[in-house]
Amino acid sequence: MTLTPQPTAAAPTAAAEPAAAAPTTAAAKIFNHPRNAWYVAAWDHEVTGKQPLARTVAGVPLALWRNAEGRAVALADACWHRLAPLSKGKILGNELQCPYHGLRYNATGRCTAMPAQETINPSAIVPSYPVVERYRYVWVWVGDPDLADPMTLPDMHQMDDPSWAGDGETIHADCNYQLVLDNLMDLTHEEFVHSSSIGQDELSEAEFDVTHEGDTVTVTRWMREIDAPPFWLKNMRDKFPGFEGKVDRWQIITFQAPGTICIDVGVAKAGTGAPEGDRSQGVNGFVMNTITPETDRSCHYFWAFMRNYCLDSQTITTQLRQAVHGVFGEDEDMLRAQQSAIDANPEHEFYSLNIDAGGMWVRRILERMLAAEGRPSAVPAAGRDA
Amino acid sequence: MVVQAQSRRQQARVVEAGDVADGIRRIVLELEHPEHAAPGTHLDIELSTRDGRITRSYSVVRSDSGGRLLTLSVRLSPTSRGGSKAMHALAVGDELTVTGPLQNFPLAVGAGRYVLVAGGIGVTALVAMATALRRRGADYELVLVGRSRRYMAYVDELRGEHGDRVRLHVDDEGTPLSVPDLVRDVAAGPSDTELYMCGPIGLMDAIRASWSEHALPESNLRFETFGSSGRFDAEEFRVRLPQFEREVAVAPDASILDALDAAGIDTLSDCRKGECGLCLAKVVEVDGTIDHRDVFLSETQKQRCASLCLCVSRAVAADGDHATVTLQLP
Ligand code: FES
Ligand code: FES
Ligand SMILES: [Fe+2]
Repeated sequence: MTLTPQPTAAAPTAAAEPAAAAPTTAAAKIFNHPRNAWYVAAWDHEVTGKQPLARTVAGVPLALWRNAEGRAVALADACWHRLAPLSKGKILGNELQCPYHGLRYNATGRCTAMPAQETINPSAIVPSYPVVERYRYVWVWVGDPDLADPMTLPDMHQMDDPSWAGDGETIHADCNYQLVLDNLMDLTHEEFVHSSSIGQDELSEAEFDVTHEGDTVTVTRWMREIDAPPFWLKNMRDKFPGFEGKVDRWQIITFQAPGTICIDVGVAKAGTGAPEGDRSQGVNGFVMNTITPETDRSCHYFWAFMRNYCLDSQTITTQLRQAVHGVFGEDEDMLRAQQSAIDANPEHEFYSLNIDAGGMWVRRILERMLAAEGRPSAVPAAGRDA
Repeated sequence: MVVQAQSRRQQARVVEAGDVADGIRRIVLELEHPEHAAPGTHLDIELSTRDGRITRSYSVVRSDSGGRLLTLSVRLSPTSRGGSKAMHALAVGDELTVTGPLQNFPLAVGAGRYVLVAGGIGVTALVAMATALRRRGADYELVLVGRSRRYMAYVDELRGEHGDRVRLHVDDEGTPLSVPDLVRDVAAGPSDTELYMCGPIGLMDAIRASWSEHALPESNLRFETFGSSGRFDAEEFRVRLPQFEREVAVAPDASILDALDAAGIDTLSDCRKGECGLCLAKVVEVDGTIDHRDVFLSETQKQRCASLCLCVSRAVAADGDHATVTLQLP
């Protein structure tokens, strides 16, 4: 690396892009992602001391590994020397060794060993990103490290709270992350996309309520005196064997910036007071979703279904995971198809419906975060990656 | 904390220039293409001197308005090769060609404790780091070392900002720094303590020596060299190259590499500040003393003196005459 300025190698920088203007009416189709934010990079069990994991978070390729002290580490996935991917390297105690010429790095990204010389070049460092382990996930901050405050992690306590049980998976979704947020902020689509499991006509008939405060948005929908769709009938019968009859059903969607959506879902025997706060005659789950942008057109979609009844039944955990896996597979197909259609129709705009209010407040929050970073909310047409 | 060694060249305008200590000038530049300058970054600046255009590196002391305004501080060097003289001559409104912030000295995330040691003007590289550590709530100490308070910039500001975390050592006030004590304290503390230093080569060499005496991990000792200071003042010397039957003179403000380039002799180099070792040449004979000035060779290798770094190493005469070094190039 030479220190001589290279006029031809001028790298475009974030700050050089035009700053975000006032919110426009047409919704951006390829949405930018904030960098100054915590994103889930992996499930805690995916990051081990045996083999580094390659994963791109918010456009930054990372080598994730665990050192001998058990600490999860996120280093840039390119060696200082010739940029070989460190994720193909070897973990040696507290160090990660480059697979190519053997340079070794510690958890802070500092090179600790160089071949064939008695000293270590003082400039030999790869970026090491702040990491926090919480809620069964490894969270990474790829923006300005001096702004990385663990207090700003979203609340996903159901993930490891002993009064909740459940499990989940990761979907590698081939679409811009914001399309997933749209999908989760409006569950009217269940009627059309998930008609065999959780969809029912009442979804589009029921009123919903949208509120927003700070960096959160909440969409609440109650459907009273309805038949439970198959997924919910099964859950009711797990808790109340032989259950028959009408239910009151709820969906309370909460967004926490920039990519976490926890959905309080459930049904209770109709008229037993669930809307007023007594859920004892029902079953309650939390669909925990956190979406991590990978590139402008792909994301890591981490989800789990947590429940607060029949806590010690691994059978129910497995059944619920399989059921949600099926449901989310339908979303994944839709999202991929939507992204292809967006790319195939560059001249066409997005239009909005009343049902998009939740998703549009989410965009407003993301636009604000991006503006604070001096970046536009729509990905500039020229570059495919932020 | 992106390690970044390339950046676009651009114009910058001087918007403020004033003295902050004896012989130290604070210069604020407004950049054409702003980019936040992280702690540890520097700018390369093109300057015209009587010997033509030269490039010099200066640490960014402060980055304001998302990097639109960058503050530098420059000490007028008595043996200036023209760089600091040209910088001191700048006035508000002057235009310069600069790079964006370049990073070779990033502040790591997650060390248990940080000790920042600033010798004289070296404080410029550490001011922003100290602020970042304070904001992070990290455990850190800032050690300011100088000959006399007159020549020390930012002392009051840093004390105001960091309070008890600042330790001041001033030679002419009878409170000089004891390097062995400093390093002993580090060795007694958490094993993942990192020490960041920037200052005269004598101070940095003493810390390095003490560091290896205590067998502390070399990787936890962080520093940045601009390859410009040595044990001896720079003077003219000669380089003899039997393989080409040539002899070239190296002026006090040029490197061997510069002299060989000017003589049309092909060489390899990368960092040009004594870090990478790519420019290494074999020493066949020395008449005088070698002032290595690099950090590529170990102390033992320097004593053996079988090779030197063309980009920074120099020679000084034992008596009044010019020193002569005979080299074998690859
Ligand atoms: S590319 Fe990693 S050691 Fe050479
Ligand atoms: S060019 Fe790197 S040490 Fe000389
Ligand atoms: Fe869905």
